[in-house]
Amino acid sequence: MSMLEIKDLKVNYGGIEALKGIGFEVEAGEIVTLIGANGAGKSTTLRSIMSVVKPSGGSIFFEGEDITTMNTQKIVERGVVLVPEGRRVFPNLTVLENLRIGAYLRNDKAAIEKDVEHVYSLFPRLQERHWQEAGTLSGGEQQMLAVGRALMAKPRLIMMDEPSLGLAPLVVKDIFSIIRRINDDGTTVLLIEQNANAALKIANRGYVMETGRVTMAGTGKELLEDEAVKQAYLGKSKE
Amino acid sequence: MDQKKKTDLIVSASLIAFILIVLFVLEKIMPSGNMLFVVLKKGAIYALVAVSMNLLNGFTGLFSLGQAGFMLIGAYTYAIFTIPTEARMAVYQYFDGGIVQFTVPVFVAFLLAAAVAGLFAFLIGLPVLRLKSDYLAIATLGFAEIIRAFFQWDALGPVTNGSNLLRKFPTFDSVLFPFIVSGVCIAIIVLLINSSYGRAFKAIRDDEIAAEAMGINLFKHKEMAFVISSAFAGISGALLAMYQTTVQAAAFKSAMTYEILLIVVIGGIGSITGSCLASFLFVACSEWWLRFLDNETFIGAWQVPLLRSGFRKVVFSVIIMIMVLFYNRGIMGTREFSIDSVTGLLKRRRLPGDKKMKKGGK
Repeated sequence: MSMLEIKDLKVNYGGIEALKGIGFEVEAGEIVTLIGANGAGKSTTLRSIMSVVKPSGGSIFFEGEDITTMNTQKIVERGVVLVPEGRRVFPNLTVLENLRIGAYLRNDKAAIEKDVEHVYSLFPRLQERHWQEAGTLSGGEQQMLAVGRALMAKPRLIMMDEPSLGLAPLVVKDIFSIIRRINDDGTTVLLIEQNANAALKIANRGYVMETGRVTMAGTGKELLEDEAVKQAYLGKSKE
Repeated sequence: MDQKKKTDLIVSASLIAFILIVLFVLEKIMPSGNMLFVVLKKGAIYALVAVSMNLLNGFTGLFSLGQAGFMLIGAYTYAIFTIPTEARMAVYQYFDGGIVQFTVPVFVAFLLAAAVAGLFAFLIGLPVLRLKSDYLAIATLGFAEIIRAFFQWDALGPVTNGSNLLRKFPTFDSVLFPFIVSGVCIAIIVLLINSSYGRAFKAIRDDEIAAEAMGINLFKHKEMAFVISSAFAGISGALLAMYQTTVQAAAFKSAMTYEILLIVVIGGIGSITGSCLASFLFVACSEWWLRFLDNETFIGAWQVPLLRSGFRKVVFSVIIMIMVLFYNRGIMGTREFSIDSVTGLLKRRRLPGDKKMKKGGK
């Protein structure tokens, strides 16, 4: 049984079919990436898994349980968490308050404090700035905070929507090494990226999405070497 | 850290005790008709309703304009249940003494005022809290107006006395009473804001979508903030009834909500101490300090131009416009007044070049 299983998922935005029946699987312990151009439906997929967008058809299973119509709160409680696109930290809350919000559905105080320390160990910059309002952080720091905030929910599956968006190459490298580290710690990762090259390099498996459909699937390595993928997403032209 | 919390607690407790003692002594030595007491009483009442409005507008990001309506409900609930049975015949003279023929203690009436206002808020919140920003403001304003008309409805006369005054209920003389009631209520609101619920409210204000993705149930938390805010508005309505000694629905106009909104904006949206400070300043300006502008004044035989009835309001409006232009985030912004921030300010004076403004109130 896979950890996350998506079958024939359809989503409509006022008449426009954003997802035309997609299906994919994420096994426990993997890093899986969805790549594709703008408007392919990658973000919509993540949002409908979180139930922020209601699907019009199909089903989503998490650890064998149907979560298609479950509300967001219950899904977070099950251990699925989203790092939203564009970071979306709470700008007027301090860094520490942002992290605490991540643990909002948890009641185990001592464990929460321990996890704050754990996040600080992953991102020492956040500890330095723990009293600062999140809106005053740099883009990279905000992305770290968004990831840290998601980790505070103690997720089993962490979904990241374009974590490298708008960040300097050096910071992107940091973010990707953190993703790998989170995965080594035992958290399954579903990653959406425009930066297909970097994403496929760390991913066990990948899916390529085009205009609301999954058009290709394979291991990260296979996709990296695939001519069509190279042409469309890796910016390498045919010789 | 704990040691610091302890000293903070001692400092605030002694500050509160000091204020209460000063008020007590002032009442002993000054004539009771002094304007100062009017300002202090009304200021304390407005501080409570302003803080309750700030909980919604400033901390949860819900732009609601229903505060006067909930104050009205609180004022009526308090009055209806505390008019002495023997006085009911005189008060409800057109309705055969009304149908409520019992009284409850003042304390219980306060709880009832909060409960009834909260209940109304809960019911109103079910449909309107699905609206956003301006639409929510319009809907809540509309509901406040409906409530005002509803309470004056003749068919409800046996309970609300129709459009007639409610009077002869217990009132307060000492300025300490509104201070203590408001103080306790504001303290409860502050505790709420500093709790994990308060953090969730702020998260919703900052970014609804991200808050939802973190598993915060948007509707439940909005409803909670709305009910709590309205319940405290109800208590301040009850206090206002006591202060005015009579209650009439016609007085709870939307203009009252705007006054409170003005206090919240001047004090700083998202600052509790700002709201308190601004409410005293607002009441002092509108009731006391600017009164002289309304009187025709002669210096010798020369009449000072412009000073006549109504000029106070002109000057007041100009002051507010200047305030909004130069302090567009209010007196306090989102900061809180605290001992820490005062000592912090003094330290900063000595350390030029330290540019980062540390947030006080922790």
